[in-house]
Amino acid sequence: MNRLSSRHVLGIEHMTVRDVELVLDTADALKDILDRPIKKVPPLRGRSVVHLFFEPSTRTRLSFELAAKRLSADTISVSAASSSVVKGESLLDTALNIEAMRPDIIVLRHPLSRAPHFLARHVDTPVINAGDGTNEHPSQALLDLFTVRERFGRIAGLRIAIIGDIAHSRVAHSDIRAFSKMGAEVTVCGPGTMMPPYVEALGARSARCVEEALDGADVVMALRIQKERERRALVPSIREYAQLYGITRERLRLASPDVVLMHPGPVNQGVEIAPDVFEDPRSVILDQVTNGVAVRMALLSLLIISDTNREGGGT
Amino acid sequence: MTDLLLRNGRIIDPANGLDGPGDILVRNGRIEAVGHGIPAPDACLLLDVTGKWVTPGLVDLHVHLREPGEEYKETIESGTRAAVAGGFTAVAAMPNTLPPNDSAAVTRFILERARDAGNARVHPVAAITRGRAGKELTEFDDLLRAGAVAFSDDGSPVQDAGLMRIALEYAQGLDALIISHAEEPALSEGGCVNEGRISTLLGLKGIPWAAEDIAVFRDVALAELTGARLHIAHVSTRGAVEIIRRAKGRGVRVSAETAPHYFSLTEEAVLDFDTRAKMNPPLRTEEDRQAIIEGLADGTLDVIATDHAPHSSLEKDVEFPLAASGIIGLETAFPLSLALVRAGRLDPAHIIRLLSTTPAQILRIPGGTLSPGDRADIAVFDPERSFEVTPENLCSKSHNTPFLGTTLTGRAVLTLVGGRIVHNLLGVGG
Ligand SMILES: [Zn+2]
Repeated sequence: MNRLSSRHVLGIEHMTVRDVELVLDTADALKDILDRPIKKVPPLRGRSVVHLFFEPSTRTRLSFELAAKRLSADTISVSAASSSVVKGESLLDTALNIEAMRPDIIVLRHPLSRAPHFLARHVDTPVINAGDGTNEHPSQALLDLFTVRERFGRIAGLRIAIIGDIAHSRVAHSDIRAFSKMGAEVTVCGPGTMMPPYVEALGARSARCVEEALDGADVVMALRIQKERERRALVPSIREYAQLYGITRERLRLASPDVVLMHPGPVNQGVEIAPDVFEDPRSVILDQVTNGVAVRMALLSLLIISDTNREGGGT
Repeated sequence: MTDLLLRNGRIIDPANGLDGPGDILVRNGRIEAVGHGIPAPDACLLLDVTGKWVTPGLVDLHVHLREPGEEYKETIESGTRAAVAGGFTAVAAMPNTLPPNDSAAVTRFILERARDAGNARVHPVAAITRGRAGKELTEFDDLLRAGAVAFSDDGSPVQDAGLMRIALEYAQGLDALIISHAEEPALSEGGCVNEGRISTLLGLKGIPWAAEDIAVFRDVALAELTGARLHIAHVSTRGAVEIIRRAKGRGVRVSAETAPHYFSLTEEAVLDFDTRAKMNPPLRTEEDRQAIIEGLADGTLDVIATDHAPHSSLEKDVEFPLAASGIIGLETAFPLSLALVRAGRLDPAHIIRLLSTTPAQILRIPGGTLSPGDRADIAVFDPERSFEVTPENLCSKSHNTPFLGTTLTGRAVLTLVGGRIVHNLLGVGG
């Protein structure tokens, strides 16, 4: 059946292999629309999607909004000041008020881990997690899978290296889960301060140094260094980080000859990735952005289908 | 007050080395006799408690009653009602109220409210520092005279080691007890679950075991330095057990408690129960859980205390990182402890020692024994009686417990405080 196993998209954690394949196949079919002169189709006509962003985000929000508009949905965006979030008074109130206006999907970005899971327990509307704290960013991982599958025609058996702040990156958490779930072999590497305990529980192996991680890699994913996230700096300097973990042309030679270079963006050029590498044809960073719209279109339309066919209560 | 004869119970009184069948006669609020075939005096209520455990009333060294200030979570009345429903006849109330118990006036207020409620006895624990702010000592002597039994800034550790030393030195001069909430905040801040597999899987910031071990080590060292009496609250890690074991081995005057959740659950419970399993210190690993049970078995851990911490849905039904820490425990402590007996880890007398005799000794309060002449603070438990943990079955105002919805075995069926029946499921007397 062409529907997701859950009413919500809270994390790769909760998706089955079949769910992931369904999203990727649907995105494949929808991607063509983005190349047409008139980039609008009707599946979500008369539906409304609320983008509830408790944390600033230009790219993810733009991508979701565009995806919804391409599918002819009405979209509303709500930005909440992060100061009120810290007090914890607003998420449920805001969401219940929005729900009272009967939207069809809520897309939530929130600075606290597992806020979308909390929301999903309290609202009847399907919730898409557009990034929660340091936990997950499932649509990003799905677009990464899509981009890799587009390049290689498969995901199973590929070697994926993820470099950077694994502990505090929701993209890393979702990507590790997504790639390992689909049969790839994931290796992570970063400074000791950026490695989570029990990273293998997510499905990754950790490498001692960046060279070991890159060795034979089919996909190299460099993560953005979040300079502002932690109260105490996790590396002595950005310069030293770039020297130890930056993806340079020379380091990239260790990888497979067909390697593709990815980054969830926005890139700190000269930090995670050397400038000349960024412009390298092996970089698929801008393809990721394009594919992001297709994958988010797939998520929105699949949730609407699942929700329309739903009998009785939720899952 | 009616006189009572408890007939043919299993009397478990570790202080007097008793564990066997017998009768207890209660007259004028005191234990008159303990023995076999005690004849029932006239106008005496005769209760057949065959198959039940008759024990000294349990003593909880660590509860939060929330009054004054957060009466919507719990009051002294509802909290002490929960206590007697769980077989507790005395509780030590932590000072993190609003205002905090840092003055004799608040201590007297708590005692007065407890007297009015007429359930379990309440022994206030006063704050170590004014406003629990970790800066200046409270007036220890004044507080002791008002009725405080110990000092603690529970909930917020005394961060400044120099101030903790002064608190211990000053307490030593008064022979007062300091209770340490052992946590190094520089390592724990922002954390909401044990640091490890579960924190990684949930994407939540963790609290490492080292945050507890370092603080326990610091305070044990300061107790050794000053010669003061120190009690470590809610031990949750393997390392803390080992540090306390070694300190006791060299004669440091340290005692320690753990809570039923630390020997009943592990960090995995957060996956199932979400914020209902959020507490501080957090639930740890199976290795820690086993070390806690061993610590109880070999006497390293002296006390089972509940850390009864009521919170309403306002604090618990929110995003996980924002949720308040703590679970209620007064009404589940006995069955959870009994599970250790069923598992063959501890014998019944040891459980009663941990839940009654030793906490009374550490606090230097009456109770914890069934000696003739003692005030009749007595609990009767039916070790076979099961009950479902539901809001309707709980006396506490709050229902924040991961055991909600589960069926537990072992329940207090009769509780006497000063010879008065304050809890009765026997269906007679009352
Ligand atoms: Zn505490």
